[in-house]
Amino acid sequence: MTLAATATATATLAATHTRGFLSPTGVEIAFLLVGLVTFGAALVTVTTKQLVHAALWLVVALGGIAVEYLLLTAEFIAWVQVLIYVGSVVVLLLFGLMLTKAPIGRSPDADSGNRWAALTVAVAAAAALVWVVVDAFRATWTDLDGPASGSTAVTGASLFQNWVLPFEALSVLLLAALVGAIVLSRKSKAESSSPPVNSRPATGSSPSVPDSRNHTIGRKGAVEGNGPSSPDNPAEKEGAR
Amino acid sequence: MHLVYPAVLAALLFCTGLYGVLARRNAILVLMSVELMLNAVNLNLVAFDVWLSRTAEDKLHSGQALTLFTIAIAAAEIGIGLAIVLAVHRARGTSDIDKLRDTAEGHEMDGPDSDPAGSDGPEPPAAEKAEATA
Repeated sequence: MTLAATATATATLAATHTRGFLSPTGVEIAFLLVGLVTFGAALVTVTTKQLVHAALWLVVALGGIAVEYLLLTAEFIAWVQVLIYVGSVVVLLLFGLMLTKAPIGRSPDADSGNRWAALTVAVAAAAALVWVVVDAFRATWTDLDGPASGSTAVTGASLFQNWVLPFEALSVLLLAALVGAIVLSRKSKAESSSPPVNSRPATGSSPSVPDSRNHTIGRKGAVEGNGPSSPDNPAEKEGAR
Repeated sequence: MHLVYPAVLAALLFCTGLYGVLARRNAILVLMSVELMLNAVNLNLVAFDVWLSRTAEDKLHSGQALTLFTIAIAAAEIGIGLAIVLAVHRARGTSDIDKLRDTAEGHEMDGPDSDPAGSDGPEPPAAEKAEATA
């Protein structure tokens, strides 16, 4: 719906230019086709009822964006996209779906009750953004001929000549995120695997078994922060370091 | 290439992710939609960086450097987010963000112990035990 409006708006706005919309180059046709596939995959990702299928359609959307990077001659970004997003983020999401025991098959409550409000907000935002963007850049062209402006040599030289300090700060941020993820999962495991009054012993079972929701005292200790499991926390934190 | 193509695609992807964040109920699906929004921003950054490097002779390549930083931060974000979702799922037994209303106003609970996950009845713990022992 918005895509058709976008296409017509683009046609009417760009037809007046010398390089008209109706005579697109091969790169533009390829970009348009891959963009349609990407947008369709994104739409299926946010509307499907099957949670695992949403993650798999996300692979298509992210791979389509990687192809768009290649068409924009940003080769290094494209392969980084394939490696990190398709390779690790989607695998992490699939692991998350598996560990939270997401239902296989259709789950009818995948969408919230405020779906129509969300659709209104999204369509309004899309209309506003597309109108502003088309109006602003209708006479702007990128010359993609010549050497690639995003090859590994160019990107590496720029990154290590001009962006060294943010790069190193980013490595510290990644380390902090790594430690934070470990601490988050270890703390919850320590709280859930030390039941104080329950007859079920902590036998080092799998961490995905939610012990603490079967008895309220462990959860109250988790909420108040001074429960019976709090003496374990410094040791766990030191172990995480 | 007309600059409108990547800009419009990025806008549409961003709004798709916006719809997903607002309309989805599972926390991991919300994280997927956040990834879509971040990718839309990355596409904008790359497109405008290529445009600036061709027309304005920009040698800084700030758009591509920022894209790399955004990808790294998105990877960190998805790791922390999934750790939080797993911790919430362990403590509460659900990853449904509509049921995590402890800090919401106007939805007073009976006490601190009567979480909404307990209102599901005895069925989900039995299912989880059966799945754990299987």
